[in-house]
Amino acid sequence: MTDPDRCAVEISNVSKVFNHGRPNEVHALEDVSLTIDEGSFVSLIGPSGCGKSTLLRLIGALTHPTKGDMSVNGKTANQARLDRDYGMAFQTSGLFKWRSVTENVELPLQLMGWSKTERKDRAAEMLDLVKLGEFGDHHPHELSGGMRQRVAIARALSFRPSLLLMDEPFGALDEMTREHMQTELLDIWAKTGKTIVFVTHSIPEAVFLSQRVIVMSPRPGRISSDIPVDLGKRAFETREAPAFFERVTEVREALRFEESSA
Amino acid sequence: MTNRDDAARAIRKHERTEATRRTVRRVVVFVAFLIVLALAYTGYKAFGRSLDDAQTDWPIVGRVLPRTDDLTMPPMTDIIAEFGQPPQRNSDKPLAAFIAEAALFTFREAALGFFFGVILGLGIAVLLLRSKWIEQGVTPYLVASQTVPLVAIAPIVVIWGSTSLGWLPFEWTNWMSVSIIAAYLTFFPVAMNGIKGLQSADPAAMELMRSYAASRRQTLVKLQLPASVPYLFAAFKIAATAAIVGAIVGEISGGVSGGLGRLILDFASRYTTGPSRLYATVIGAAFLGLLAIGLVTSAEYFVLSKRREEPLAL
Repeated sequence: MTDPDRCAVEISNVSKVFNHGRPNEVHALEDVSLTIDEGSFVSLIGPSGCGKSTLLRLIGALTHPTKGDMSVNGKTANQARLDRDYGMAFQTSGLFKWRSVTENVELPLQLMGWSKTERKDRAAEMLDLVKLGEFGDHHPHELSGGMRQRVAIARALSFRPSLLLMDEPFGALDEMTREHMQTELLDIWAKTGKTIVFVTHSIPEAVFLSQRVIVMSPRPGRISSDIPVDLGKRAFETREAPAFFERVTEVREALRFEESSA
Repeated sequence: MTNRDDAARAIRKHERTEATRRTVRRVVVFVAFLIVLALAYTGYKAFGRSLDDAQTDWPIVGRVLPRTDDLTMPPMTDIIAEFGQPPQRNSDKPLAAFIAEAALFTFREAALGFFFGVILGLGIAVLLLRSKWIEQGVTPYLVASQTVPLVAIAPIVVIWGSTSLGWLPFEWTNWMSVSIIAAYLTFFPVAMNGIKGLQSADPAAMELMRSYAASRRQTLVKLQLPASVPYLFAAFKIAATAAIVGAIVGEISGGVSGGLGRLILDFASRYTTGPSRLYATVIGAAFLGLLAIGLVTSAEYFVLSKRREEPLAL
């Protein structure tokens, strides 16, 4: 089903201006072009205000471009949203605290009119995937931050969307949990073959996770470098490999170059 | 069964025991406070009498603070004893029975009014949610509606109810008009807290619903309404007492008999011949209010503990 030659996302010359024509006008994105292959893992990185979250939200049709063209799975972003092509996960898990873990994972399925048994089966399958099989009856406040994010990921994947859009999903986690979650996310990616667009401000995270790191710079937000990362299959040792550090350095240099030229 | 499940269950059991303990403590504190109040009342009265006996003038008692004679402040023992006395010469029925019947009558009016007020309030909140324009346009009128004096509206509603609602499939009685007055006071806190509650839904959750292409109704039912529940219960507590007050005032100004309002009016007009009757009835009305709050708080505890949530602090 995944075809590396097909584009999941095509963005050409897109600009996004907030408060257009007013004194507090902000050029969040200017003339951004980007294509993302189906089944690939791409990270967006940059300092705050570089428009990385805006770009993600544009892809997810949570906001609309001021200028430029974009398509997702060969259709408009909004049509892709209506076709439920997106699974989303944010920095805050956004779990419904009045619903149990299972009910949270079932939420999108319920909205899409799945039957009760289908929902239950899929939720159980998804919770197994994120290794929370025993926690279905718990409520969000009984879980740790990392567990909540895993529930959020299970929920995002439950209806098998083709794209997973993640906005700093591990940003609020401690370093150990974070590395653990990264490994698990790659595991899930390998099993499901989704296209993942991942926003982060952590350089090692971007390098460890992705096949491509898109470096962005602020005022106005634009893409400054597109760094391919070929580290093969990630393992624990990857984080200690010289090739890993080379890529980390490359991304850091790209970010620093932007800073000094700004 | 895993250890984790056992631990979670033990925690929940502990939480329940804690909740029972809190309830018991609350009741004990309430009763203790009641006794303290009765003692303070009696103590103040005794203090005033001692001033009278000594024929000394204490500029505050009897001028700023109430006089302590038996007409202004009947002895606490009289008030308590009054509950057992028949208020009418031709009947053995004790006052407590009169108060209980009247309280039940008023409670029925208030409960019906509360019910419809909550539905109306929620409906308004959902309407206000539709757009900022509607919210800004309608809110001043909602506020204004609450400043209209109830004594002016009550007779209108009662007369309108008895003359214009003949087409209804059931017979309209005056106590239903009083319910409308109670609803008039109930809907406002529900609407105001309701809109706040509906808007309290986590923005990330709202975006999630958007990413699922959820309809407006789905977002309302699955996210915004459940998110508003703690806010709604806070409103229900205010609304429950407002409904009781509305019912009593509605009875008085609408001239509807059978409830606490009429009883209070009767005893007030015959105050000089038996002040403790009025005191006893007012105490009865206060307990009705407490009962209403108690019912709402129990429902809140039940719903929120099922959701494992804390009530919103008022």
